[in-house]
Amino acid sequence: MSLEWLIRIATNYWPMFLRGAWITLLISIVGTVVGFIIGLCVGVIKTIPLPEKGSKRIFLKTINGLLSAYIEFFRGTPMIVQSMVFYYGTALVFDIHIDRLLAAMIIVSVNTGAYMSEIVRGGISSIDKGQFEAAHAIGMNHVQTMTNVVLPQVVRNILPATGNEFVINIKDTSVLNVISVTELYFQTKTIAGNNFRYTEAFFITSIIYFVMTFTVTRILRAFERKLDGPENYNMLGNQMQVAIPKKLD
Amino acid sequence: MSKERVIEIQHLSKSFGNNEVLKDINFSVNKGEVVCIIGSSGSGKSTLLRCINMLEKPDGGKIIYKGKNILQEGHDIYKYRAKLGMVFQQFNLFKNHNALSNCVVGQVKVLGRSEEEAKEVAMKYLKVVGMENYIHAKPRQLSGGQQQRIAIARALSMEPDVMLFDEPTSALDPEMVGEVLKVMKELANTGLTMLIVTHEMGFAREVADRVVFMDKGVIAEEGTPEEIFNNPKEERTKEFLKRILNEDLD
Ligand SMILES: Nc1ncnc2c1ncn2[C@@H]1O[C@H](COP(=O)(O)OP(=O)(O)OP(=O)(O)O)[C@@H](O)[C@H]1O
Ligand SMILES: [Mg+2]
Repeated sequence: MSLEWLIRIATNYWPMFLRGAWITLLISIVGTVVGFIIGLCVGVIKTIPLPEKGSKRIFLKTINGLLSAYIEFFRGTPMIVQSMVFYYGTALVFDIHIDRLLAAMIIVSVNTGAYMSEIVRGGISSIDKGQFEAAHAIGMNHVQTMTNVVLPQVVRNILPATGNEFVINIKDTSVLNVISVTELYFQTKTIAGNNFRYTEAFFITSIIYFVMTFTVTRILRAFERKLDGPENYNMLGNQMQVAIPKKLD
Repeated sequence: MSKERVIEIQHLSKSFGNNEVLKDINFSVNKGEVVCIIGSSGSGKSTLLRCINMLEKPDGGKIIYKGKNILQEGHDIYKYRAKLGMVFQQFNLFKNHNALSNCVVGQVKVLGRSEEEAKEVAMKYLKVVGMENYIHAKPRQLSGGQQQRIAIARALSMEPDVMLFDEPTSALDPEMVGEVLKVMKELANTGLTMLIVTHEMGFAREVADRVVFMDKGVIAEEGTPEEIFNNPKEERTKEFLKRILNEDLD
């Protein structure tokens, strides 16, 4: 590895690196956000209490079975294989050529969704039973209980795990080069191949990956702290007219 | 006192597996009445309270509210529950909401009140429990006694027909029991309908209009505090009181 080549590749190809990094980041953000939403939905559905009998019970059980199959399949197969099956499969079976970037986003979202579903389910079952009971006792139904009481707590609790998924996604989008998405790894391969300088090109890329994952981790930490709010509350003085705040929280 | 019945329970039964926890329970709560349920551990007091607001599904019997049996298929149990205020042993304040918002969220989401009105109502009851200065505090920042007083305000904010308390002071440090009992005494004096499971015999004697003694899933005896505490008729009531009074002396 020579410093000269490092500098030369960096100065000549920085727009390509940057573009690759941007695509990687874009796929990871979309994949994590959509996967998070999928995970929340699946988690909520999977925790609906089963009615004791009737067609509703059978319906819910079927849905749960399908969701379990989805989770097991996507957690049990490599994303690189999923991408091939999905990208070439849609072309073959439906005779459509789906945009590569879109295909990549769909793959990462669905994959992340499978992992997030389990994380959310775990998050919901770790919430104290008393929270559900208090919400029910006040007259809330399942959806109201979830949206107003349980999920806000779950989201806060699973934020570190979500950040972890985000970091994994930044790194794992590199496998999408098999369907020729112009993410960072694919771009680097092209640059390296053009110059026959693999070490230098991939060294630069390793730094870019690290900067991205490190920054994301820091930003999420700061976000967690912000969500937790101040350590102390302001006590309203006894003499003071008690003001009713405009906004809750 | 008027004899209007808020809730009437007929032949209520409940089992967990083959453990028959409630057997043929019959009793009612009248408007403005304060009823205390006492009895030894495991006698089914909590289960009875939890059956009344349907946190547990009774196996048989009737719960009559406003002339209708709420155990009948198709009854809107969410609306019904909103009419019963519940105070738990473990407070169970919503951890993601501050004190004020704990008292507001149910009013807005369940009763459909406006945010503004809900806040006014919440402030009114937070004042009743003496917690109006802590509206910004999250549950984790408050002592047990403070949390329980907010939990009472949360239930009151729904303006229920009857308040159910399940050993509201049992999880509290001794020095905080007093502040919660004081609030409850004040509420009792306002004519609120209350059904209270308690181990605080002094409190029951002082505030109850009627005391219900439960033993092994049945109501063994009920009467005025005078009757139950001074002249219990049943042998098991006598035994229970003797035991509990000895404990208090220790
Ligand atoms: N969810 C449950 N599943 C199985 N058994 C239960 C459940 N809840 C209560 N029980 C059983 O029902 C019986 C009555 O319990 P309950 O909690 O109603 O008693 P309690 O009178 O409130 O007692 P304590 O004074 O200790 O609170 C006990 O034997 C208990 O083990
Ligand atoms: Mg109990």
